[in-house]
Amino acid sequence: MDKFTTLTGIAAPLPLINIDTDMIIPKQFLKTIKRSGLGVNLFDEMRYDSEGNENPDFVLNKPAYRESQILVAGDNFGCGSSREHAPWAIKDFGIRCVIAPSFADIFYNNCFKNGILPIALPQEDVDKLMDDAERGANAVVTIDLENQTITGPDGGKISFEIDTFKKHCLLNGLDDISLTLEKSAAIDTFETQAAQSRPWV
Amino acid sequence: MTAAKTLYDKIWDAHVADEAEDGTCLLYIDRHLVHEVTSPQAFEGLRMAGRKVRAPEKTIAVPDHNVPTTPDREQGIKNEESRIQVEALDKNAREFGVNYYPVDDIRQGIVHIVGPEQGWTLPGMTVVCGDSHTATHGAFGALAHGIGTSEVEHVLATQTLIQKKSKNMKVEITGKLRPGVTAKDITLAVIGKTGTAGGTGHVIEYCGEAIRSLSMEGRMTVCNMAIEGGARAGLIAPDETTFEYIKGRPHAPKGAQWEAALTWWKTLYTDEGAHFDKVVTIKGEDIAPVVTWGTSPEDVLAITDNVPSPEDFAGGKVDAARRSLEYMGLKPGTPLSEVAIDAVFIGSCTNGRIEDLRAAAEIVKGKKIATGVRGMVVPGSGLVRLQAEEEGLAEIFEAAGFEWRMAGCSMCLAMNPDQLAPEERCASTSNRNFEGRQGFKGRTHLMSPAMAAAAAITGRLTDVRDLM
Repeated sequence: MDKFTTLTGIAAPLPLINIDTDMIIPKQFLKTIKRSGLGVNLFDEMRYDSEGNENPDFVLNKPAYRESQILVAGDNFGCGSSREHAPWAIKDFGIRCVIAPSFADIFYNNCFKNGILPIALPQEDVDKLMDDAERGANAVVTIDLENQTITGPDGGKISFEIDTFKKHCLLNGLDDISLTLEKSAAIDTFETQAAQSRPWV
Repeated sequence: MTAAKTLYDKIWDAHVADEAEDGTCLLYIDRHLVHEVTSPQAFEGLRMAGRKVRAPEKTIAVPDHNVPTTPDREQGIKNEESRIQVEALDKNAREFGVNYYPVDDIRQGIVHIVGPEQGWTLPGMTVVCGDSHTATHGAFGALAHGIGTSEVEHVLATQTLIQKKSKNMKVEITGKLRPGVTAKDITLAVIGKTGTAGGTGHVIEYCGEAIRSLSMEGRMTVCNMAIEGGARAGLIAPDETTFEYIKGRPHAPKGAQWEAALTWWKTLYTDEGAHFDKVVTIKGEDIAPVVTWGTSPEDVLAITDNVPSPEDFAGGKVDAARRSLEYMGLKPGTPLSEVAIDAVFIGSCTNGRIEDLRAAAEIVKGKKIATGVRGMVVPGSGLVRLQAEEEGLAEIFEAAGFEWRMAGCSMCLAMNPDQLAPEERCASTSNRNFEGRQGFKGRTHLMSPAMAAAAAITGRLTDVRDLM
């Protein structure tokens, strides 16, 4: 997995609540058997018209935001399905950090498996960053995971909370499966005991 | 004396294979359900790393999202990408040796309907699937939740999931339901009250007399939509209704094992005095037949209400409601029962079981679908389809003008050809009314099977009680 340490980039504002996984990546793009190449279809139904032409009003189509690496959004971001295609599309577009007042659980978890940092902040902090993000090409924000800070274009700092284990994995780009396989003995023991106590499973 | 535990606490404690100092656990997984959309990258990951499936006997695969539901489907899948995805599952299931129900197997169907039907889902188990509606299996008192594809690969390789414990939330539905009110109305009413993020970070236990009185089919409908309330899992404590449903199913324990299982299953309830972090109580008699009006499952109103105005809301919901109403093509103040529909979809992992089809057929019997409305009934599995045919339900639907389809996810998420056209309005028994969910620019109103059947007959959103 790609490491996440620090990131400085343009923050794009998407001030909608309940941005669901169907909005992030509609179902017709779930037919792929690969993880890559979904960035072009990120937010497809908002980003393009029915003919496939870009909607000039959509934030990621505006000149200043085409290279955005950070997304600032409303409450309950990523609600809906478990499709990991949502973080795959976000990452493939080039976005490595999403900031919102809250996230849906499955989406939040899926981000960490893909080197994306989701940051949940109090509404007033998100409101401030949303204002910052409205500044187009000047909406440059720096994320420092080690120190758990966000620095806005004016130099103002906001700190954020993150689970210690998830932070450790992101900072070092650790692969979950390898970590778990180191604990194979514990899984073997559990399985043997469970076969005794719940043999019908 | 040990501390009082919730049902969730008990199942969790029985499955922790390892716990780190910071509380991060390896949770052992008893059943892993797999479908074609969220698994190809996971199997490919195993292959690249030279890994095997740790417990193929606990892994069950079935294609459901992409499969055509037209009767001619044995001729193959026309859409190339869909065909490749289903073929990939076929190849992976056989290569890795997991349990498998291919498209042409009578037992094929929606993964969340097949699992319980075949007796794979049992009380006290941990169940995962790369699908958010895995919450369905919580109806058996199993801890069941959706996972992403990376986690699918993790479970395939290790039979565990890295997890921290969620909080406990209790949703109690007291008393009895009024006529015309069903499990779907309960689950929508709960989301209407708590919002789509109300359960975030929690596992919900549904309880109370109205829940106890539900059949297993109804309980599955309630738990299915826990995720729409933000909760990764919903639970209902097992009881005689549960045991009766499970007994004799192909993969249910038999003989002495059945007795041993039953003894443990009967301990799976929340102890008196156990702590819940959040409690929601709704009176069963206060729940009306409901429909959704917007593009979030929390946009729930009684069918007797009017379309709301954005000004009825506060905060970010004002803009969201404005956007929803524009998308849905609805004017504030319009009685919901005057909203004309173009299509009706009866099916999905929420409402594609035999009881759902019976409820819809009861309303449809001897009547015709309104002119200009297209109706589709998609059974949740090949066995549900067969049973519905044996009970004469298929005949009732066909006589009324419904299309009688083969099993699959179908128009719930429209990955196969079953889709709405732009601005087409659908009375749907599925679980999500998101923008574009049932087709680009399609408009979805969620409701119970009986309500969807009533809408089919009148051609507009309809209070089913008027037809009873």
